[in-house]
Amino acid sequence: MLRRSLIVAFAALALASAASSHATGAFPVTIHAANGDVVISKQPTRIVSISPTTTEDLFAVGAGKQVVAVDEDSDYPKQAPRTKLSGLSPNAEAIAQYRPDLVIVSYPGPVIGELQKLGIAVLEEPAVDTIAQAYEQIREVGAATGHSARATKVVHGMEAKLTRLIRSVPKTRRHLRIYHELTPDYYTATSATFIGRVYKLFGFTNIADAADTTHSGYPQLSAEYILTANPQVVVLADSVCCHQSASSVAARAGWSQVDAVKNHRVIAVDDSVASRWGPRLVNFVAAIAAVAKRG
Amino acid sequence: MTTAVVDEARPRGITPPWGLGALAFLVLALLVGLGVGPIGIAPWRILESALHIGRPLPHIEDVIVWQLRAPRVVLAAMVGGMLAIAGGSYQGVFRNPLVDPYLLGVAGGAGLGATLVIAYAGDNAQLVPPAAFVGGAIAVVLAYALGARSRSSTSLVLAGVTVATFTAAVQTFVQQQHSDQLRNVYTWLLGGFSTATWHDVGVVTPYIAVSSLVLLLHRRVLDVLSLGDEEAAALGVDVGRVRLVVVVAATLGTAAAVAVSGLIVFVGIIVPHVIRILVSTSYRAVVPLSLLVGGGFLALTDVLARTVLSPQELPIGVITAFFGAPFFAFVLRNVRR
Repeated sequence: MLRRSLIVAFAALALASAASSHATGAFPVTIHAANGDVVISKQPTRIVSISPTTTEDLFAVGAGKQVVAVDEDSDYPKQAPRTKLSGLSPNAEAIAQYRPDLVIVSYPGPVIGELQKLGIAVLEEPAVDTIAQAYEQIREVGAATGHSARATKVVHGMEAKLTRLIRSVPKTRRHLRIYHELTPDYYTATSATFIGRVYKLFGFTNIADAADTTHSGYPQLSAEYILTANPQVVVLADSVCCHQSASSVAARAGWSQVDAVKNHRVIAVDDSVASRWGPRLVNFVAAIAAVAKRG
Repeated sequence: MTTAVVDEARPRGITPPWGLGALAFLVLALLVGLGVGPIGIAPWRILESALHIGRPLPHIEDVIVWQLRAPRVVLAAMVGGMLAIAGGSYQGVFRNPLVDPYLLGVAGGAGLGATLVIAYAGDNAQLVPPAAFVGGAIAVVLAYALGARSRSSTSLVLAGVTVATFTAAVQTFVQQQHSDQLRNVYTWLLGGFSTATWHDVGVVTPYIAVSSLVLLLHRRVLDVLSLGDEEAAALGVDVGRVRLVVVVAATLGTAAAVAVSGLIVFVGIIVPHVIRILVSTSYRAVVPLSLLVGGGFLALTDVLARTVLSPQELPIGVITAFFGAPFFAFVLRNVRR
């Protein structure tokens, strides 16, 4: 397995070096996005991203220089041209004033049709459910911007790093009970969600699975259920919004006896890293692997 | 002063059976709240633990009962009692059966005040109740200024709804501006006690104690006010002063309740009207019984909130609205008639 990923990595490197000389080659190109097949006639030079994950994808595949504007929540990477554009309720006029030739959004909505009427190519790259879909989006972003080879390299790099990180966790730590906290009032994510599938890669047991009576994927748990489930890993994806930390969790009534608190396996992650599905997934998985190995 | 006159007025105050019944309802609700939850713990074990007899509970169950459920049940009862007594008092002081903390815009104003502090003052927990009070007070003054000119009881409600709609608009705007910090405000607005702690109980106790004490002391005067401003003045009541004191007290208590529990609607309509129907229209009955019955009512509603989808939570405001809106329609029909 390791040998195969090495071979794949070398092959990707070779491909990338071969492709970089003529990165603009493959146009026109048809992208199978969530809003149907989108034909992009020539390499876009004025891209607007209305999705923080897509912004990260664009810069990772080497299309950063083609990006002219990103939405207000696209806070990574730092050099992304952040604007006041809203990602939650995007406005076609506001986007059009940047004279884009490609707009990438993450929600379906009237803005897609409005921009298309102006002759602008629009890709919808929605929130994903699986890691394979996340990889596919990076490839699509690469193909749409003339950086297919680099995108493939990014995906192979992510695959290899994720495999290595997950293997680094000893077998005895592969079945830990995990609680992923979205808000301090105990909203969480089950294994049916993207983040839950990432935990499944490790083999963790998600305490939310048994509690999701409405199959929403994002149930609100009760404190007494969490204490009884006694998670061995607690991931705080509410550290930025709501100032939660390992010490604030330890101070909650009854939590001092929770296995994760006793064994120092409570980790605060950047809310936005934990809610995106771009290349920084590797950083997130590295943090989780590190905490699983603790104690 | 006016006591003799009021005592001869027809609607009676609390009779001992109703007083004891309301108290028993509250106690029963508290016990049910303590005994029911996603984690099954036998009621007699909880009783033994409370009385320190028999084997102590295992640590985890002890924490669940006394650190998670108990503060939650107590806080729900305090908030429910406060919203109900405030609702009954607003109805008396405005001589309007349709108003409650929510429909007057007080709850929305208080919620906005609290949100502004969370967004712009670094989430300072000490500032939240006072900010909620300022927001609620501005809302009630606006609603009164807009709606009290007309004789119709619905115009004050329309004014309150207008104020509530306006505060909701500002609320949404502020949340959009600070979607990162205010993520938990979204769920807080729906109302709930899922994260109640003894600390929360400690924060609201002084506000709710002072507020309900003031309202309890004004129950007879509210009966006099129900005769009309001029009649009340003729009987020696300083109408303006009474109105100010009652509104300030009810708003202060409402603000504290909103600060810890979010927007829980219609409690201030349901509870006082049930008491009027069952017991008496006199504020000597409505005000004190609202405190007890409102407490029991919300404690039981919270039991529903944590058992309907157990072990998931349902926002309690969803349940009170589900039952409260039809009840309000019923009250509205009777008022019109």
